[in-house]
Amino acid sequence: MIDLSLLPDGGIGWLDASGPKGSIVLSTRIRLARNLEGYVFSQRAKDADRTAVLTRVEEASAASDLLKGAATIRLDRLERIERQLLHERHLVSKELAGLDREARPRPGAALVVQGTVGVMVNEEDHLRLHGMRSGFALEEAYADLEALDADLGRLLPFAFHPEFGYLTSCPTNAGTGLRASVLIHLPGLVLTKEVGKVLQGLTQVGLTFRGLYGEGSEVVGNFFQLSNQTTLGKSEDELLDHLGKIVRQVIEYEEQAREVLLRTAPDEVADKTWRAYGLLKYARKLTFEETMNLLSGVRLGVGLNLIPGLSVYTLNKLLIFTQPAHLAALEGRQTGDPELPTARATYVRRVLETEAV
Amino acid sequence: MMCDNCKERESKINFTTVEHDTKVTLHLCEQCAQQKGIETGEAILKSPLGGFIQAMGKGGTNVLPTPADGLRCAACGSTLKDFRESGRLGCAQCYESFSTHLKDLLRRLHGSSQHVGERYAPPGAAGATDPRLQLLELKEQLRRAVENENFELAAELRDRIRVLE
Repeated sequence: MIDLSLLPDGGIGWLDASGPKGSIVLSTRIRLARNLEGYVFSQRAKDADRTAVLTRVEEASAASDLLKGAATIRLDRLERIERQLLHERHLVSKELAGLDREARPRPGAALVVQGTVGVMVNEEDHLRLHGMRSGFALEEAYADLEALDADLGRLLPFAFHPEFGYLTSCPTNAGTGLRASVLIHLPGLVLTKEVGKVLQGLTQVGLTFRGLYGEGSEVVGNFFQLSNQTTLGKSEDELLDHLGKIVRQVIEYEEQAREVLLRTAPDEVADKTWRAYGLLKYARKLTFEETMNLLSGVRLGVGLNLIPGLSVYTLNKLLIFTQPAHLAALEGRQTGDPELPTARATYVRRVLETEAV
Repeated sequence: MMCDNCKERESKINFTTVEHDTKVTLHLCEQCAQQKGIETGEAILKSPLGGFIQAMGKGGTNVLPTPADGLRCAACGSTLKDFRESGRLGCAQCYESFSTHLKDLLRRLHGSSQHVGERYAPPGAAGATDPRLQLLELKEQLRRAVENENFELAAELRDRIRVLE
């Protein structure tokens, strides 16, 4: 089993709810796509090419200031449940972890991780540098990442073109190679049925939204990942400013929606959140999806100060550890175990009993 | 034929609907068609994704192979057809090899093909050589020497690496 103590904070320091707007925004994640000059892109690469890329990245990491002593996790040497666990922590993509049906991680697929930053190696691009922060913190996340990019860029030859910028396997990422995503909880907009309009508006201003686990994932528990769509023709700062401005507006809409709910239907809102809390506290069987939806209801209640004595940190912890691979690992079971819903309910009850005041 | 709706502009789109079991065909100009919420071929093309889909050859009218499909990147051997099919380029040189086609695509995807973000200076470009970089380069040379079974060079490189380390 993978030793998660290798990861500082288990790689989930960003979920401690300490960041700005922590009750609405879970996390901010930014990634930069980079490729090495002189090696074919991952799609065309042979196993030997991938191994060579990984060796170069490992050597450069060891020599770098920011990744010295970082943990390197070889995805191609892990069991499926361990790879899924890293994916549930938002540390690796589904593609890198080889989690699609019948898929296996490619040889040389690895994660190098240190504190708030990390590098996925041999994903769609040779390197996907990422920075993660708790709450709504674009500037801080980018500052971490910019430093890492400069650090590694001095030691590895990145593929760069004067006109097209950083060259990426898919032209949708060329230029800055930057994709910033804000994981945001929008129950107010969902309940007031305004969310469709807001999401539609996003696409008109060059942004996009995805589900809880990023590209190709479904929206569960009213969590949305908002991110920039284009990566070329604007500077990194312009891309981040624009996303930041729009996210602030979405946060404002969400806050307004919550006020409307409190003003026009206070009993219904209170009933909804307390019911969700009641079910989490007393249910004997919980599926993952139901848990996510109930946690969303309770999170809304905590945000509105309706449920006292429960911290956002506890809710975040439940969010992470009730995911299939986390729960299975915690209980020493397999992800397909039919007893998992029972184990999940027991785990949730235990956490709520010990952490709710 | 004039547009049935505004009667001002030339009609370009024949819009057929069935109302109360009768077929009704409207001859509309582009503007009026858009007002009625009909997506015209040109309107689809104007959206970035429409352009992307068409450029990839997976929709629109341009599904037949074009002569340019055979265009090959000298560095990695992948063709423009490979790119159209997979959506992924073969290597960094592909951007040069297919630059005319890519420029067009990049403009449609991003609204521009000119990078204005941070400029990258490759390792060692700043002048003074970073000793760390020297070491990494030697290690890379060592690997290649071993691969090519040039053991004499490999031994020499290993010694130089030891000194630096």
